[in-house]
Amino acid sequence: MALPAQKTDGADLLLARHPSPSVTTGWAGEAQTYARARLQSMGAPQRRDEYWKFTNPALLIDPETRAAVLETDKVPVFDAVDRLKMVFVDGKFSAELSDDLSLEGVEIEHLSDAMSKDIHWVREVFGVLEARGQTPVARPMAALNTAVAQDGLVIRATAEVSRPISMIYIHQDDSSDAVIHHAIRVEEGASLTILENGPAAARFNKVMEIEVADRAAFNHVRAQGRDHERKATTHMFAVLGEESQLKSFTLTVNGVLTRNEAVIEFKGDNASAHVAGAAAGDGDFHHDDTVFVTHDAVNCESRQVFKKVLRNGATGVFQGKILVKADAQKTDGYQISQGLLLDDDSQFLAKPELEIYADDVACSHGSTCGAVDETALFYLTSRGVPRSEAQDMLVLAFLDEAIQEIEDDALADDIRARLQAWMARRRG
Amino acid sequence: MLEIKNLHVSLEEEEKQILKGVDLTVGAGQVHAIMGPNGSGKSTLSYVLSGRDGYDVTEGSATLLGEDILEMEPEERAAAGLFLAFQYPVEIPGVGNMTFLRTALNGQRKARGEEELNAAEFLKLVREKAKALKIDADMLKRPVNVGFSGGEKKRNEILQMSVLEPKMCIMDETDSGLDVDAMKLVADGVNALRDAGRSFLVITHYQRLLDHIQPDVVHIMADGRIVKSGGPDLALEVENNGYADILSEVA
Repeated sequence: MALPAQKTDGADLLLARHPSPSVTTGWAGEAQTYARARLQSMGAPQRRDEYWKFTNPALLIDPETRAAVLETDKVPVFDAVDRLKMVFVDGKFSAELSDDLSLEGVEIEHLSDAMSKDIHWVREVFGVLEARGQTPVARPMAALNTAVAQDGLVIRATAEVSRPISMIYIHQDDSSDAVIHHAIRVEEGASLTILENGPAAARFNKVMEIEVADRAAFNHVRAQGRDHERKATTHMFAVLGEESQLKSFTLTVNGVLTRNEAVIEFKGDNASAHVAGAAAGDGDFHHDDTVFVTHDAVNCESRQVFKKVLRNGATGVFQGKILVKADAQKTDGYQISQGLLLDDDSQFLAKPELEIYADDVACSHGSTCGAVDETALFYLTSRGVPRSEAQDMLVLAFLDEAIQEIEDDALADDIRARLQAWMARRRG
Repeated sequence: MLEIKNLHVSLEEEEKQILKGVDLTVGAGQVHAIMGPNGSGKSTLSYVLSGRDGYDVTEGSATLLGEDILEMEPEERAAAGLFLAFQYPVEIPGVGNMTFLRTALNGQRKARGEEELNAAEFLKLVREKAKALKIDADMLKRPVNVGFSGGEKKRNEILQMSVLEPKMCIMDETDSGLDVDAMKLVADGVNALRDAGRSFLVITHYQRLLDHIQPDVVHIMADGRIVKSGGPDLALEVENNGYADILSEVA
């Protein structure tokens, strides 16, 4: 019995890093208790685990939070967007810096306030979608999050919400170890856009659970960076109802360790989910996208588009799975993951997986890894475009397929501008 | 304008000598044509002059307006006034035609210490030039050469040429893949750019392009050398008798 004991130790070490939640009764208490038990049975992530082979979890499970001196952009991303700002400082919600929690068509509550209230729908979302997402693949850092999270937002959209809700994660303390948990429900026919940006913390653990009801739409655009020393593990757990839509895009520039997991499940027919990411890494950079899409309904469409540009020894990881259950006929599943290596020191590790039990489906996947197209580079430079700029043009073009997955054109342009600025800074 | 002396070039990857002593002088305002059988080194000459990777210059020199271009990067050659119209213009998904052309023009201007054009000035310039080449606005908005027909791609090359206003234009088999009408449109574009301060080196297999773009001098290239030079009549001779006669005559 040496092995389980060791696992429990790992879990206890993780739990010991964070203060115990102040509210331990009601739905929150229940969710925390179950999450703690789940974490203890699965243990902390280890290198030998199937889904941690490419990413060393050491920095995430380390009892010490290594200090991270974080850079902040002068003009943050989404600055020009008309949005409701929700600000977190080192993982703590700041009412002072945030806009009022009032926006037409949506109910927003701070998690710690919501925990002591009997909110019917949260009971069915908080820790519940996360728990569903633990099979067949264990996600210990998400269970840890549910067990200890005291901060985050509880959001229920009941109509077409006109302005995006923007989560801004500010960082002040160099050694902060932050846990944030958002629980979101987009009610039938409603629509909601969530934006996320900011360095967050030296070590950041975030879970976002989203229930997208029938005919509802959820859009998510996130920019991670420019905080190089950050260690982040994030999870999105989404369950989709009939004819619902989900779109999620993440831009990641820099970061010594980032693991973004998306766990998406179709429960209603005729729904669609697109999850995309563009990552640009330079040097001591490790970026991991781990995606699991489960088709358990008829005629649903899923699309995964992940692009990574890597240089100076950076590492990119993609683990993407499409699971089509026996009754999920007419499934249209697509997955593409591509790495663009700008030198011989960088690496892109990809594990695309399809597991299909239905017989009338169209699923495809592709994964490529290569260098910059020298012919295209010569064409551009022969017209007078300086080589470094020509390379950046090709890099932007490469990443753009993922950026095009963003529903809103203005937000997509904002992301493009961010990337361009980042590349211009690199060029010096 | 362009002066090539005893140019020897081999492939970087393998020990294969492609150019074996090319001598060529193109005067300002002149149009020179290079004809020759497959594998004679015509395209290699155009790539070496414009700075493509993969070639080793083992001997000889090439200067543009007295400046050694062989040591320059491709973008420096462009800024110095060299332009290569590609035989197969490259498709670049995700890079807008306008963005590309503006970056190229401003890159060149910056390198020459000239004022860069702002978006409005550039748009005006391109619209003007595009109109003359019957290039519609839609084509300008698309990614570089993506989904363009053969004729559109070549017209796009000429558009780039007319916007960038190079001094020395090398045209690598610009007629390949073009029907008669498209060829005429491209030739008209080139003729409109003929100028006392601008020279052309037209590489072609066939005489028909030279019906539309009248050369001052025609060179025959074979086995990495220029074996014969003459007036426009030389192109007609090739058309009528093929290369064999000329090659046996110089051998």
